[in-house]
Amino acid sequence: MPIPESGAFSEPSQGPLVEARGLSHERDGRRVMHIGDWHLAAGAHALLLGPSGSGKTTFINIVTGLLTPSHGSIRIAGQEMSALPPAGRDALRRQTIGLVFQTLRLIPALSVTANLALAQKLALGRVDTAEIERLIGRVGLAHRAQARPRQLSQGEGQRAAIARALVTRPRLVVADEPTSALDDRNAAAMIDLMFEAADTTGATLLVATHDGRIAPRFANRLDLVAPAAGVAS
Amino acid sequence: MIGLSLAYLRDRALNTALNIILLALGVASLVILLLFSAQLEDRFDRDAQGIDMVVGAKGSPLQLILSSVYHVDIPTGNVPLGTVDLLRRQLGVAEAIPLALGDNFRGYRIVGTEPAYPALLGATLADGRMYQQKMEAVIGAEVAAGTGAGLGQRFIGGHGLSSSENGPKHNEAPFMVVGRLKPTGTVIDRLILTRIDSVWAVHGIEAPHEHEDGEHDHDHDAKGEEHEHEDHDHAALPAGHEGETAEEHAAHLRPAEVTAVLVRFNSPIAAVRLPGFINRQTDLQSAVPAVEISRLLALVGVGLDAVRAFAVLLMITAGLSIFVALLTALKEREGDMAMLRVIGASRAAIIGQVASEGLILAAAGTALGLALGHGVIALAAANFRQLQQLGLDGFSVHPGEALIAGAALAIGLIAALIPAFRVLKSDIAETLANAR
Repeated sequence: MPIPESGAFSEPSQGPLVEARGLSHERDGRRVMHIGDWHLAAGAHALLLGPSGSGKTTFINIVTGLLTPSHGSIRIAGQEMSALPPAGRDALRRQTIGLVFQTLRLIPALSVTANLALAQKLALGRVDTAEIERLIGRVGLAHRAQARPRQLSQGEGQRAAIARALVTRPRLVVADEPTSALDDRNAAAMIDLMFEAADTTGATLLVATHDGRIAPRFANRLDLVAPAAGVAS
Repeated sequence: MIGLSLAYLRDRALNTALNIILLALGVASLVILLLFSAQLEDRFDRDAQGIDMVVGAKGSPLQLILSSVYHVDIPTGNVPLGTVDLLRRQLGVAEAIPLALGDNFRGYRIVGTEPAYPALLGATLADGRMYQQKMEAVIGAEVAAGTGAGLGQRFIGGHGLSSSENGPKHNEAPFMVVGRLKPTGTVIDRLILTRIDSVWAVHGIEAPHEHEDGEHDHDHDAKGEEHEHEDHDHAALPAGHEGETAEEHAAHLRPAEVTAVLVRFNSPIAAVRLPGFINRQTDLQSAVPAVEISRLLALVGVGLDAVRAFAVLLMITAGLSIFVALLTALKEREGDMAMLRVIGASRAAIIGQVASEGLILAAAGTALGLALGHGVIALAAANFRQLQQLGLDGFSVHPGEALIAGAALAIGLIAALIPAFRVLKSDIAETLANAR
């Protein structure tokens, strides 16, 4: 199946943005995640909620093509991620998905601006300086644009990571525990920012967390429970 | 990705600088050794061009070569003038050029010889003319530059082969510059050439054709006494000149003697036959420049090899240092690398990024090392006359430097690629999970 030239600028495919069928994963003969059938429509921001060990990270790794599920399949923007060769997964991820991690955010040797430029260059093959400046301004870091990641506060670093994930205009933004290290006020501000930024760029959010504080903000939820007890949605 | 490599290198500036300096020291050491030995050998070859054999007094053959071909040592003694004719009569001898040494002017040797000598070394006149009369002299380019002597300039030779302000002077017999030679890049640049009988005249010896053969010994004694009266301390000090070694004393010219004869063959048979023939003569020995110089270089070579081994060790140490630095840095950056892969960097791009980091380090170290090596040679040549006289030139480039640069770059590349592949072999999902 051909891979779109660029997920950011190609026409959205018909059907769900993320579609899991009979999806589960085992490690060392033990089931560590079970989703079954599930789908995420474009624009329907979703929350992946569950305690530690419920398989959230495993699911994110499968969605992003870093892990091959032991059972079932996952389709991203109409393409079966789990069936693609490694280079095809890299391309689909590069063109379709933006990632925000809790602690692993930016390249420490580069400034905020240079981090965004590198992400753009890698994903799109070009650098759009105006877009970078606009996005940095949008997340409130215009005054810190030339700062190194180690010079940023935790909140600033998190905002920079969101900007980096969105700068390639991905159709899907996957965030792993984006708020768990933040206090209530900052956690709320972070979610506001993610919604606003995603709406601005047309991205769909898939946020994995065990942070119950942000659960009410999402209409679309996938609750994961301990694998031994099965799955509830 | 080059920009990212530069950013990482800047991010640990001290470490980067130390690695560059370490590699530069290794490269510079090798470059200095290469330039020094290559230019030395080149100089030896150029100075000995066309000279197949040297005949002189018995003693050390290496000393004979050093004194009469390279003009850096004192002669082994003198040989009868008749040796020149003896050699010219031999089959296979194309040329036999006599040299008479003994005096200097401000450290530049005065060499009594025939015009065939500058011709043998390819020297041509820059101005003036070749010496014709007794006490006329033609000076090499370095002599002209060093003394500022022009045409018509008169000068007095000092006794001995090296300069000494307090040494005895031949005040009674001044030379006159009649010609100056163009630079040749050979030893002749720092010589003062004159007729052989000028050298004899300086020492109060008349040319043999002015006497009957039987008068030689008597004449010598007579002239020796005359010398004494002339306030010339040749004969005044029976054990030799003050401050002279016994060898220097032995090198004093007596009537109808020359210091050495340079021989050029026109037949390979002569090269086989003549050395043995010469060495069977009671007072003579022959020496072949190529043989003696390869012997000398073999001796010096042991020292050079030891230094070379040390320089190679230094380069390998630099390579290991780069390897350890990158390995440590990449271990700290495993999360970054995984993140780069996740946001779209291909495997090739990751390897390229790390490889370019090693290559940038190696290239900077190599460039600095090359500049340092040439700079040290240039500085040494500028500050030490002996090195300058050996023909050391900091600005000439040797093809072997490309090999050194290639080796340094390869060390940087290998040092970078090993940790790069190690990173690629790791599981991205696991690395991310650990780094999250």
